[in-house]
Amino acid sequence: MRDVRDALMVARNSDDKLIRRPISPHLQVYRWPISMALSIGHRVTGVGLSIGALLLTWWLVAAAVSDEAFDSVQWFLGSPIGLLLLFGWSAALFFHFFAGIRHLAWDAGYGFEKPWYDRSAWAVVIATVVATLLLWLVGFAMW
Amino acid sequence: MAKPPQIDIMRSPLGRARGLGAAKAGATHWWVQRLTSLALVPLTLWFLGGMLHMLGGTRDDMVYWLSGPVPIVLMIALVIATFHHLQAGLQVVIEDYVHHDWLRIGSILAVKALSLLLALACIVSVLRLGL
Repeated sequence: MRDVRDALMVARNSDDKLIRRPISPHLQVYRWPISMALSIGHRVTGVGLSIGALLLTWWLVAAAVSDEAFDSVQWFLGSPIGLLLLFGWSAALFFHFFAGIRHLAWDAGYGFEKPWYDRSAWAVVIATVVATLLLWLVGFAMW
Repeated sequence: MAKPPQIDIMRSPLGRARGLGAAKAGATHWWVQRLTSLALVPLTLWFLGGMLHMLGGTRDDMVYWLSGPVPIVLMIALVIATFHHLQAGLQVVIEDYVHHDWLRIGSILAVKALSLLLALACIVSVLRLGL
């Protein structure tokens, strides 16, 4: 202890070891409610999709530039890494899409009751999985 | 006994009349996020349908697709809504996590500039393909 203010911040735990008291409830002490995971997921997928927009730009610009440029995009997107990126991108897009609709419903004043809060969260998760799988099944069937 | 009059709000009447808070822009940013997201609901579904349609397609297929009057307009609308929504969202993320003033302002401006340039690149490309 250097500072007298630390006197209140230091305590013994059940093993009689000196520890710093936690200063406030933080992420690691919470049980993860589904709505918390969705909130973080909405932000993470938003940032991910922003980076994914580079893919859209590359695709459109390459198509406008030349056959060779377009072929290289098509080759990349068809490669294992490209397909994995596209799969992650489509899953993130569906998640952000459905979670975004949940947000719009809140903005309109609906869905704030506790049971609906959790139900709509699970609906987002299920809709994301179903829509992503459906898109890829249709995609492979049409390819 | 009548209650003495008291001031409940710290905002000036002029500030209230203008409806603008500390951000000096009122709820504009919030509205931009909601309206672009609303526009992106149908546009995204249309785009995914278009992507399935374009699967394994050649450059000529794309030119043919985008030369239709509806796809070219919707594609440009999608690009505008996407990048406008994207920069508004990233701005909020940056404002939340970057606390150093100049770094925050700089990265927000960089995101906005980059989004604008990428959106313009997309629009020019779509026009070159479709017109």
